Parts: sequence; structure tokens; C-alpha cells
Amino acid sequence: MNIDIKRRTLLKGSVAAGVIGMAAGAGLVTPRMVLAAWPKSAFSATSVDAALKALFGSSDLTGSDKIKLKAPDIAENGAVVPVTVSVEGIDGVESISILAEKNANPLTSNYELADGTLPYIATRIKMGKTSSVIAVAKAGGRLYSTGKEVKVTIGGCGG
Amino acid sequence: MANTIKMRARLSGGVTTVKLLISHPMETGQRKNKKTGKKIPAHYIQEVVCTHNGKTVLTANWGPAISKNPYLSFKFKGGAKGDTVGLRWVDNKGQSDSKEIKIA
Repeated sequence: MNIDIKRRTLLKGSVAAGVIGMAAGAGLVTPRMVLAAWPKSAFSATSVDAALKALFGSSDLTGSDKIKLKAPDIAENGAVVPVTVSVEGIDGVESISILAEKNANPLTSNYELADGTLPYIATRIKMGKTSSVIAVAKAGGRLYSTGKEVKVTIGGCGG
Repeated sequence: MANTIKMRARLSGGVTTVKLLISHPMETGQRKNKKTGKKIPAHYIQEVVCTHNGKTVLTANWGPAISKNPYLSFKFKGGAKGDTVGLRWVDNKGQSDSKEIKIA
């Protein structure tokens, strides 16, 4: 990435922040809804470890069969891989993250759960090539995880 | 952007299940336009906030690796029929949309 592109991004970012700021000022959105919390460094990390460190400050995972990860064995189209994560038997799950190990940036998404929100997330992710999908649940300051290998026949990242 | 969100919230056994679809290109920034050979700029949703009667129940942080026209489903306790479930997304270009529905 050269300097000029960075400058573009910065400009765009500040314009966007301005627009959201105005909306917040007009009472259209609450401060929580403003993008401040988006963990840029975690999404630009190029390894699972680095993404977890950026997100949680630790990449120390405890394998757990209490996390259920539903994903296809073979994904014909890597651009659309349905993934369902649910946790049973771990109390106080604060967040769920879904990572695809061999994507250029492994972190696909991270979900912060409020009290009363069940540890259940279903979505669709893109996968560049065959790799493990890793679900990470944070509870009581610890990270629990489970993984599943998904074979991808057509990659979903890039052309 | 307007009318990008399709959302349903259904109450069953004390648990509200929300299912939603958002119309969005979710460009990664890695794809090339085959005619010009230029990269298509990244354009993806970064944050999705879901509320129940104004209180946040879920904050989703998304990267470009969420599929085009994203699907999301989640569940929360404490909802009642007729309660308001709200959704708002913001993408990396600062575009956004929001919608409110009632729990059925």
C-alpha cells in the first residue's frame, strides 16, 4: 500500500466520521452505534494468532466440545459458506468470533453478545481455499474454541 | 442506501429468533474488474448493531469475508410479542441503513 492510498483511506474515514458524527448530533444514532469500536488491527491481521491477539490480547485457546460449529464438509462455492456457531454448557459467553484459517485475513467476523443474547450465530462467510473454520467463544476471560475442516472447490476471495 | 434490510423476529418458548438479510456487495478489495484489470475497491459492512426496545442485544463486527448480501441469525431472551427489534449497519464508506420491526 503506498502513501497516496493511505491518504485516500484517511480522507474517506474522516468524511465518514463526520457524517456519522452529524447523525449522532441530530440524535439519529446512539454513540454506541458509531464505528469507533471496529477492531481494524484484528481484521487486517494475517494469521489466526495475530487476529486473536489483536482482538482479545491473547491467543491462548482452550479446545471445547461445548461449542458446536456447523459448516459443510465440502463447500462448492467458497464465496458462500454457511456457518452456524452455538455454545451449550458454557455460562456467560461474551463474544463469538468466526475465523477461516487460510484466508488472507483470517478473522471473518466477531459478535459481541449482551446479557440475555444466546450464544448462537448463523451467517455465511467467504473462504479463499480449503482450511479450518475456527469458532472462538469468550467467557469469563477465557477463550474456548472448536474447528472444522471445510474443503473449498472454488475460492471466494479474489478473482 | 434504502430498503436494504429484510428482517424477521419470531418469539418461541421465551426466545426471540431474529433472521435477517442485507443487500450489500461486500467487495473485498481483492477482486479485479476483468475488462480493465483494475481492482474493485473494498466496500463492505463493518458494523451491525441490533437492538431490542432500544437496548443493544448484539454488535457484529464484520470484515470483507462475510458473503455478499449477508445473512445473519441470532437469538435473545426477554422479548415479547409487539416489542421493537431494530437493526442498523454501517459500511467502510460510511453508508448505512436501519430498520425497525415488531416481534411476531
